Amino acid sequence: MLGLISKRMLLVIPNLIGVVIITFLLTRALPGDPAAYFAGPAATKEAIEQVRAKLGLDKPLVVQFGQYVSDLGHLNLGNSLTTGQPVLTELKNRLPASAELTLFGLILSMLIAVPLGILAAVRQGSWIDHTCRVVATAGVSLPVFFTGLLLVYAFYFRLGWAPAPLGRLDVFFSAPPQITGFYLIDSLLNRDLAALRASLSQLLLPGFTLCIFSLAPIARMTRGSMLAVLASDFVRTARASGLKSRTVIITYAFRNAMLPVVTTFGMVFSFLLGANVLVEKVFAWPGIGSYAVEALIASDFAPVQGFVLTMAIMYVALNLAIDMLYGVIDPRVRLEG
Amino acid sequence: MLKRVISPDEGKGLPLLDVKNLTVEFHTRRGIVRAVEHVNVTIEKGETVGIVGESGSGKSVTSYAVMRILDRAGHIADGSVSFSGFDLRAASENDMREMRGREMSMIFQSPRLALNPIRKIGKQIEDVLLQHAQVDSDVVNEKAVEMLELVRIARPRERYHAYPFELSGGMCQRVVIALALACKPQLLIADEPTTGLDVTTQKAVMDLVVELTRERGMSTILITHDLGLAATYCSRIVVMEKGKIVETAESEVIFRKPAHAYTRKLMRATPRPGISLPDLLPENQTAKTKPLAPTPKMRNQMPLLVVDNLVKEYPRQGRSGSLGKLFSRNRPVPESEIFRAVDGISFSIARGESVGLVGESGCGKSTTSMMVMRLIDKSAGSIVFDGEDIGEIPASRFASLALRKRIQMVFQDPTDSLNPRLTAARAIADPLLRLGGVPRNKLRAHCEGLARQVGLPVELLDRFPHQLSGGQKARVGIARAIALKPDLIILDEPTAALDVSVQAVVLNLLQDLKDSLGMSYLFVSHDLNVVRLLCDRVIVMRSGKIVEEGSTAHVLVKPQADYTRELLAAIPHPPL
Amino acid sequence: MNESATVIRQAAAVAEKPQRNSMLRHARYVMSENAVTGFAFALFTLIALCALVGPYVVPHDPLASDTTATLKPPSLAHWFGTDQLGRDIFSRVIVATRLDCFIALSSVALVSAMGGLAGVAAGYFGGWTDRIVSRIADTIMAFPLFVLAMGIVAALGNTVTNIVIATAIINFPLYARVARAEANVRREAGFVQAARLSGNSEARILLLHILPNIMPIMMVQISLTLGYAILNAAGLSFIGLGVRPPTPEWGIMVAEGAGNIISGEWWIALFPGAALMLAVFCFNLLGDGLRDLVDPQRRT
Repeated sequence: MLGLISKRMLLVIPNLIGVVIITFLLTRALPGDPAAYFAGPAATKEAIEQVRAKLGLDKPLVVQFGQYVSDLGHLNLGNSLTTGQPVLTELKNRLPASAELTLFGLILSMLIAVPLGILAAVRQGSWIDHTCRVVATAGVSLPVFFTGLLLVYAFYFRLGWAPAPLGRLDVFFSAPPQITGFYLIDSLLNRDLAALRASLSQLLLPGFTLCIFSLAPIARMTRGSMLAVLASDFVRTARASGLKSRTVIITYAFRNAMLPVVTTFGMVFSFLLGANVLVEKVFAWPGIGSYAVEALIASDFAPVQGFVLTMAIMYVALNLAIDMLYGVIDPRVRLEG
Repeated sequence: MLKRVISPDEGKGLPLLDVKNLTVEFHTRRGIVRAVEHVNVTIEKGETVGIVGESGSGKSVTSYAVMRILDRAGHIADGSVSFSGFDLRAASENDMREMRGREMSMIFQSPRLALNPIRKIGKQIEDVLLQHAQVDSDVVNEKAVEMLELVRIARPRERYHAYPFELSGGMCQRVVIALALACKPQLLIADEPTTGLDVTTQKAVMDLVVELTRERGMSTILITHDLGLAATYCSRIVVMEKGKIVETAESEVIFRKPAHAYTRKLMRATPRPGISLPDLLPENQTAKTKPLAPTPKMRNQMPLLVVDNLVKEYPRQGRSGSLGKLFSRNRPVPESEIFRAVDGISFSIARGESVGLVGESGCGKSTTSMMVMRLIDKSAGSIVFDGEDIGEIPASRFASLALRKRIQMVFQDPTDSLNPRLTAARAIADPLLRLGGVPRNKLRAHCEGLARQVGLPVELLDRFPHQLSGGQKARVGIARAIALKPDLIILDEPTAALDVSVQAVVLNLLQDLKDSLGMSYLFVSHDLNVVRLLCDRVIVMRSGKIVEEGSTAHVLVKPQADYTRELLAAIPHPPL
Repeated sequence: MNESATVIRQAAAVAEKPQRNSMLRHARYVMSENAVTGFAFALFTLIALCALVGPYVVPHDPLASDTTATLKPPSLAHWFGTDQLGRDIFSRVIVATRLDCFIALSSVALVSAMGGLAGVAAGYFGGWTDRIVSRIADTIMAFPLFVLAMGIVAALGNTVTNIVIATAIINFPLYARVARAEANVRREAGFVQAARLSGNSEARILLLHILPNIMPIMMVQISLTLGYAILNAAGLSFIGLGVRPPTPEWGIMVAEGAGNIISGEWWIALFPGAALMLAVFCFNLLGDGLRDLVDPQRRT
């Protein structure tokens, strides 16, 4: 078991190296004069040269790379031009907002998509099956930002059920004292029901947007995997042995069907992290995605680099966790290594 | 609502299973297809009945209908099925679930696939025991271990915790048998239980099934395509063709005096000792084949192929200890770094000779044939073909040499060996184009000539593989192999995937071609009866080494080695 | 179930007489067999028409602003209404078809060629080819793909070419993986061995035997990624990393209309968004139809 974990962790290292190299190349691939970009639109020629020297942009590429890696080692991601704050601090502050939103959307999506996929496979040809297929095909076609806007129009403008898409909390409320950074959890821990309700109502529309976005791939994968497993020989044996329908579906079919679904979670996360950026823009959500987008518009590149790097490292860690989870639940992997 | 148990007294005097006028239909895109029509079968208590037929005969569908586990698209359209007087066709799904595993159970082919890959085998047995309330949950563990013992799995307590991928095919089939017999049903349906297993494992599994069912007074239905197997283990045989029953009789009667023409055809087509190839064909066809002119053996000439001390090694992949422990029989084998698939073998093939290479799975016969074919490289030893050392030429280079033309192959799986995107004509033409130097305008004529030689109707040449039957695809493969008029053809189980009647025709074709074109054959097979018919000499392999070799008459009638004797004893012996 | 499949197949074979294999006849069969496929093809034709002919037949100039007619809801004069600058949304949506389709098609063409060949080579030859291609694919896959596209376009600049390049790069692993898996499976197949025995060189086998067999699966991938490429480009434009205004492009138009949703002017964002959805939907449905067309095993 320990061997499995350490082997997986070793495999992660080349990925991390690749991530660092690519983000470095991206930063150096800036068109025009990188120093000018970092110095800002209003800088004078001397200021630009100062910035160039300070950033070490006049040195050979290899030395610059060394500097970059060393900066990363000291957790220095540079400073934002617009706010003057260290990028790392701002990312740390904004991360819980994005995490809460993404997790909320994902969990909601799983709660709907997995049972939907299973039922669609078990009751092939029924209305559930058709619903599932429509959801899968249509869901994949909907641009996530469009869904968000449609939801805002329908539920805020037309029906007035949802609050204005202006961030995590209405202006009248103040955030609960920070323990995890997740407003839902923090307000629960502080027994602040008003804040809980307020933050939940703000979370609903963007959360649903992400939920709808990830419904399609998860439902499609679950249905496909379940269908394949239900048609397999060992399910036939289980049926021929007279096992109850419930036992066959849950103990025999579902557990086996979930294996390929777990491996696709990596892909789903990739899409989700990207969709996160778009949803944060639509709902003015103060997460790391909107941080990067705002910085982009202002031609402030340090936050953008920091954002890409952070996202990539988080994603690598996520994939590692998924890989290890798979290794734990599939005995074939566990025993054969 | 069904009573908990149908006791043996229930429905006394009635047959255990009574199938009357059964018709099963499938809904397909092209309309309704009748898989089984007007089938009547009765099984008495304690009887072992074989249902024999070729592919598509409906033998499996009949039993699926009895167990009511048909595909979604299938349903019983007509007829009745009663089990000890209880109407199975009208039974509710709940009642059927009680019946399955409890009163009647089924075992299938591909045993490893029939078990849940991520659940311990002990637990799978427990599931069945608990489902049918055979035992209480505190003793169910013991009962499961008992069942494993019953099916002769060594160290059952340890193996309880094993997963299917850790067990061999034969052991998996034993577990499946344990699952089927756990709740002491009255009827066992065995659907091709030995297909894909080695012949020695086959015998062990069948002997176990027969012993256990006789012990418990169970009835058994054995579904198989192998008439010999059915005749050895069953008292009564039902023969099916294209969804209908053709003949039902005691096994002895079926073999001594088959009444129906189809049964006679199947009987004749089953390879068995004491006959020659043309005897496999139906009576009216043997008369047509001309008597074979005995070809001069050319024994004084240099042998065509000489293999000397051939070795093939593979680096062993690092595996955890558990696998090694489970596979060893006596003592744990020291885990060496290298695995020798072929461990120093030597043999030769003369011109015009047909040599059989037999052994069970994993013995190295396929690896040997691949090396002689020059598709993979050897690790050591020499392969000399017509005086030239072809073993030294790397496999990657061999394809471009003129020598390539002289050694060709007929593959085992006709479907896999044909490119799905090429028509039959194009597939046959490929070697002619690449190595035969045939100009494009003459290509079609050549293909048609080859098609005629192998008995493939010329109008089928423009079809794609999926539009051809198994036998037709086999002929395309043979036509392609002989296109360049090779000296040596290696045939890797060429008829294993074919129906027995088609096999009879193909084997005769292979013999005729060999004689008319003067080729040599290296015939790789696990089926000793087929080898007996087609080969002059036999080489028996085991674990990468040659165990015995000699003329067919000697090795297969008076074997010297114990292993050969074991192999011969394991072949089902029908009462002929 | 093995036997029931055999029974059905044999019955079907008896019932049919295969005709001369004609592509056109097969195409007609595929389209008539499944209503959804037919619908997808019809929709595709409509989209293609808009892309090719649209700019010439639209009622208004997509770039012409009319300050007297800003933020007008849909009417007879302006079928889809007007935006903040008084531009006709209908014309803009139609004209944007060409740009979005161009971005999608060129990036998919680029990546399917590169990724497909790289993947097939990796799957077939193994060894170092496999290691290098897999390493490249894994490194790209280590990023959340849209984020990587953001980074690439941010680094290289807001041009259509760069969007195409970024989309191609982020789709590379998918194509490479699919092609690699398919080539790997077929590497030791009987017909490949037979081709070697017939004297085909490895390159020949790769190009003439393996690639044609992989085509059906790649076709499905291609049409699925067409949809994804459009969504990608639109997403990038939505956050300001894509095409620059005033060029009409569906994503930008939705971005321009996003702010107005709260004030109730729904038509500015809805129509381009709906167009996006329809196009992606059409490409996804096409995937199945294309596969049926190309796969000889589906032929009667």
